[in-house]
Amino acid sequence: MTDTGYVRSELVAAKPAPNPTSGAVVWAKKNLFATPMDALLTAFGVLFLLWVVPPFFNFVLGHAVGPMGTVEECRAITAGACWAYVYNEMEFFIYGFYDIPQLWRPNIVFALGALLFVPLLIPKLPFKRINALLFLFVYPVVAYFLLAGGVFGLSEMPTEKWGGLLVTLIISVVGITLAFPLGIVLALGRQSTLPVIKTICVTFIELIRSVPLITILFMASIMLPLFMPQGMTVDKLLRALVGVTLFTSAYLAEVVRGGLQAIPRGQYEAAASLGLGYWQRMYFIILPQALKHVIPGIVNSFIALFKDTSLVYIVGMKDLLEAVKTKNDSALEWQSANTATTGYLFAAIVFWAFCFSMSRYSMFMERRLNTGHKR
Amino acid sequence: MTALDAGPTEAPRTFFFNDPVIRGIVYQIVVGLILVSFIAWIIGNTAANLAAQNKTTGFDFLWKTAGFDISFSLLPWSRASTYWQAFLVGITNTLLVAFIGIVVATILGFTIGIARLSSNFIISSLATVYVETIRNIPLLLQLFFWYFAVLKTMPAVRDSYELPLDSFINQRGIFFPQPLPDAQFGFVWIGLAVAIVGVLVLRRWARKRLEATGQRFPVFLTSLAVLLVLPALVWLISGAQVAFDPPVLGRFNFEGGVQLPPEFLALLFGLSIYTASFIAETVRGGIQAVNHGQTEAAQSLGLKEGDRLRLVIVPQAMRVIVPPLTSQYLNLTKNSSLGAAIGYPELVNVFSGTALNQTGRAIECIALTMLVYLILSLLTSAIMNWYNARVTLVER
Repeated sequence: MTDTGYVRSELVAAKPAPNPTSGAVVWAKKNLFATPMDALLTAFGVLFLLWVVPPFFNFVLGHAVGPMGTVEECRAITAGACWAYVYNEMEFFIYGFYDIPQLWRPNIVFALGALLFVPLLIPKLPFKRINALLFLFVYPVVAYFLLAGGVFGLSEMPTEKWGGLLVTLIISVVGITLAFPLGIVLALGRQSTLPVIKTICVTFIELIRSVPLITILFMASIMLPLFMPQGMTVDKLLRALVGVTLFTSAYLAEVVRGGLQAIPRGQYEAAASLGLGYWQRMYFIILPQALKHVIPGIVNSFIALFKDTSLVYIVGMKDLLEAVKTKNDSALEWQSANTATTGYLFAAIVFWAFCFSMSRYSMFMERRLNTGHKR
Repeated sequence: MTALDAGPTEAPRTFFFNDPVIRGIVYQIVVGLILVSFIAWIIGNTAANLAAQNKTTGFDFLWKTAGFDISFSLLPWSRASTYWQAFLVGITNTLLVAFIGIVVATILGFTIGIARLSSNFIISSLATVYVETIRNIPLLLQLFFWYFAVLKTMPAVRDSYELPLDSFINQRGIFFPQPLPDAQFGFVWIGLAVAIVGVLVLRRWARKRLEATGQRFPVFLTSLAVLLVLPALVWLISGAQVAFDPPVLGRFNFEGGVQLPPEFLALLFGLSIYTASFIAETVRGGIQAVNHGQTEAAQSLGLKEGDRLRLVIVPQAMRVIVPPLTSQYLNLTKNSSLGAAIGYPELVNVFSGTALNQTGRAIECIALTMLVYLILSLLTSAIMNWYNARVTLVER
């Protein structure tokens, strides 16, 4: 009776620990050395980084001449980037030839713009409608009169004197604001059942999309004055704006058309059966859905527009890139082996920062507006 | 009862303008009239402006002597050439840089696009950094960088960097030996052509055999062998010689050899690197668009890794990739017009720049330039439509 039981008299030997599923070693094994080929690629990647990163770091920071440096330091053989040059020419890069005592005017415009624009980007803040109306209709008028002057005792400042980042921002913001509604109208026109309107829109879109922006700017620069009645001159900035806006609107129209085509027919029919008119149907039912579908495409067009503003040198405007190039070529007092490279590097950083933040913001909006279409 | 026999009642009378058909017609007439009068206004203004400036119009200037220099040209060019020839030189230069750019950008773009999907952390991060950096910097800025900051700061001719194979790089570009095949070398080309035809026949035969018997034939290795061995054999038998004309440092510059000017190189680098970042995104999107179930289905059929990619994944990914890819090619071709900013003599630079300034025929020059791009774009979309019709999914 007592022998039937079994009592273990000694402890079981400990099993080896299970393979770790997390930690640095596991991660490296999985992501860096999964196969011999992978290990080879990793080695290649590390070698490439060792080859590229230290010289780049030394150029940008390590051996660079800081903002307070002198041109003599920049001319030393071992010197890297010459940030002193960028620092000293910053005013030109941002404002162009704008009179220096009057710089408070563009500064106010920048500050006002940021004050009105940033709340628009943050979804949680209230008063979106008033904010948008102020930004789209009141702000441009205020900004124009502040910059151009000629009223309220402000000295007159012709657009030829505007330049640098100021012009880049003006052209891109105005271009985006004007091209967006125009692009939507063109897209709707292309979908229209009225043959005349459809033909006009298709011709316009296809014509603009098939030629490079540079030829359109040439056209705006050379032919726009010919098109106007005699004695009427077209401002250079306006020429650039017309060219850029027409160009972007054609691309936006195609993006929006993609969104319109993605809306199921049932939505159109449902809207019509509610007795809504054409514009009501579009405004309340179709466009909100269609535009949501194509946010990435719209933002991509805006990024493209922002980058394309660098082409307005064709009409003779000095945008950021052209301002940098002008100084690179002409600032003899700053001439050194790395001056030009530093200038272009600065412009690249500015452009990159704007474009990259736009693309990140679009990803954020996409996630926010995603109401379950994607699985 | 009688009401039922009354027949169809008349439509309720409404104001005629509420009839959508009439309304549509009225809208179209109004828009059409506005457009026509706008165009008429522009034409009137233009005619008045041209008359005021005493300018003549017409395309007769095309046959006049241009009298300017073009630094880089594939076609014979001299100062005595006509504007029409300048136009052709511009087109060939545009097409040259676009063609080479497309080849380089495709190779680079596919490599980086696939690298972004790699399971290797370093490789995929490198590819991501490349794409996110290059895509967000204007092409013009990149061209300026390559031209002014890299190629123009190369040493002067006397202190050229020596590259392998008797090549040199300096301020004036890259110089490399020019191969000069003799008359016998034509046979090698013929041999290559025969080999290509042979490979095509072989592929067709191998596929028929696979479908009929299920037996595989190592097509790729055989094709490679045929392509290499046949021309090489012909070369040996015919005794063709290829002489090389190396660049030699002369008094002021290198003489002989082939010179690629820095303008061309900067444009080529800029265009290929910039477009490659967009192609990489296209390729990544295309591969990710193929449902993961396809991979699993292929695996469950017992296909090998290579076959799975070649027979199942890539054909489906290509259907997604090719349309945006062609539009990238078109973008590259259009972007080659930025060569005008760094002095590469492509179409816009030669014709909308120099020729326009010399002749003053603004409308004609710009219209011809735009026409070329328009034709290129229409051709591309025609080919695209043909391709799409061929690969579209046939659905039940």
